Amino acid sequence: MSEELIYTRPESLRERKTHYCPGCGHGIVHKLLAEVMDELGIREETIIIAPVGCSVLIYDYINADGIEAAHGRAPAVATGVKRVHPDKIVISYQGDGDLLAIGTGETIHAANRGENISVIFVNNAIYGMTGGQMAPTTMSDQITKTTPYGRNVQDVGYPIRACEMLNTLAAPVYIERTSIHDVKNIRKTKKAIKKALQNQMDGKGYSFVEVLSTCPTNWGVAPVKAAKWVETAMVPYYPLGVFREEKETV
Amino acid sequence: MSEFAFLNGNEAVAWGVRLSRPHVIAAYPITPQTKAVEKLSSFVQNGEMDCKYLHVESEHSAMACSIGSSSVGARTFTATSSQGLLYMSEGLPYASGARLPIVMMNANRSIATPWNIYGDQMDAMHVLNSGWVQLFVEDAQEALDMVIQSFKLAENHDILTPVMINVDGFVLTHTYEKVEIPGQELVDSFLPAIEKAPHLMNDQDPMSLCISAGNQHYMEFKIKQHRDMFKVFEQLESIDRDFEKSFGRSHGGAAAGYRNEDADVILVTTGSVTGTARVVVDSLREQGIKAGLVKLRLLRPFPSDDLFELIGKAGAVGILDKNISFGFEGTVYTNVNSSLLQKGYRGRTFNFIAGLGGRDITKENIEEMFSALLEQKGETVQYFNMGCAL
Repeated sequence: MSEELIYTRPESLRERKTHYCPGCGHGIVHKLLAEVMDELGIREETIIIAPVGCSVLIYDYINADGIEAAHGRAPAVATGVKRVHPDKIVISYQGDGDLLAIGTGETIHAANRGENISVIFVNNAIYGMTGGQMAPTTMSDQITKTTPYGRNVQDVGYPIRACEMLNTLAAPVYIERTSIHDVKNIRKTKKAIKKALQNQMDGKGYSFVEVLSTCPTNWGVAPVKAAKWVETAMVPYYPLGVFREEKETV
Repeated sequence: MSEFAFLNGNEAVAWGVRLSRPHVIAAYPITPQTKAVEKLSSFVQNGEMDCKYLHVESEHSAMACSIGSSSVGARTFTATSSQGLLYMSEGLPYASGARLPIVMMNANRSIATPWNIYGDQMDAMHVLNSGWVQLFVEDAQEALDMVIQSFKLAENHDILTPVMINVDGFVLTHTYEKVEIPGQELVDSFLPAIEKAPHLMNDQDPMSLCISAGNQHYMEFKIKQHRDMFKVFEQLESIDRDFEKSFGRSHGGAAAGYRNEDADVILVTTGSVTGTARVVVDSLREQGIKAGLVKLRLLRPFPSDDLFELIGKAGAVGILDKNISFGFEGTVYTNVNSSLLQKGYRGRTFNFIAGLGGRDITKENIEEMFSALLEQKGETVQYFNMGCAL
């Protein structure tokens, strides 16, 4: 009987013991990214810009070149890299604190310039690395370390919907929101990441994939319940789907 | 009534802020300051503080909000660390130039690159010229007490200068100690409500703030700011004397000596490492070695007179720096050395650089520093506890 290899760790994923908490979504998104990099054959061409936050150590996992950016500056660093090396695949991988709080300016302007980069935005509705404070994407009434009675939207504003906000700009070619709360949606997420990278390879322009993700540790729930919470609490507010597929003509 | 509690440095700062009754706190979380702002946001949301807590999107905005609230007369507090302080740094001279009495906790932490979350004092040195009073504390009690004292200092109409309280990251922010929390009534009588400063706005007294000044006027603003900074020495001492009368504790003025009077050799420290150095000084004294210590509490304004007096006739002085100014030497050393030279100090000075990025500074390291001072051996600038030769 001949043996058939049906599964192996992607070449783009290093063999490392994870530092992420049980049930954290980053591991899933890292793996999807690595699989896509393998499938597109771009491992040697890829430069990943890491954020400040839990995924600051992405270079420990993805077997590609990378640069750690100052907090919130990943899309600007990515712009610098991409303009010098238009032939490389430049990925800005960011969380909600990095992308939508301290780095909102860079996020909007890189998108508005239509930089030919791919932004992967992991939204887990909380500041993970600093230990669970309110993020711009924290849900209304969600309890965090800095909102012990829940996010009061009258005081601190409503959770920001990144895809909808970026969809007001003319330049982006692709904007999609996905989730990793179940297998079906994990597969959709992989497809979205692949499209974002393919767009860049084709020279189309700015692609943005927001992935709704989990933070069981800082949410204070078990991983299974965390995945359920994404589905029941986050998805209704952050609707999944494609917001933009082609460049708007203005 | 005061009470004793088991608090880490972050919590001690939060209690100091709570007791000082600020109107506004604007902060963005960053390790290792997070526990302070979490505690403060809880105090506010529990209704234990009558204060606006502003959940801002970055440190840059935290400083801008602080400038806004302080400009209209509100007692204002913020807290940050490391890259956060550097991101704030554009706003720091705005605040000090506008003479706004903001008080800040800076949890001292290293600066990227390499990225590192652990303690050293590179961040504070980076903004030494920002026009803020730079104060360093040794333990959690001093951290709590100095928040209260700092508001009184900053709001003094002869001073009107923002104060940065430097609290060593992790060693102080995350270490639990027995801390006395003073009673609110006592703090209220020591630190009354903020008085409206003549140059600040309120709804009865509208005015334009943060004006432009061209080359005809700018220099006078800056020299006045510089001269007023020196008034901090006298005010700090006076505030500390009053504090002692009210609370029974004194932390001293700009610098404090420990077994320094007859010392042959003296180590100058800032912040938490002072505690370790005290232990080493005691053990050297038991061996008959005349070792002494000077704890620098203020780096801005820089206490040249006090320092010279405390160091006196010691044959050699070592300055411990948890920072490095690339291409030169440790920043505290530069300051101390220059000041001693101006005062005519004749002994030899050494610069001991240690503890970068959270590297331990052990008792043995400090013993080695004293050995270098006693034997007056080695290079002027020396590095301690290196993992490998470079």
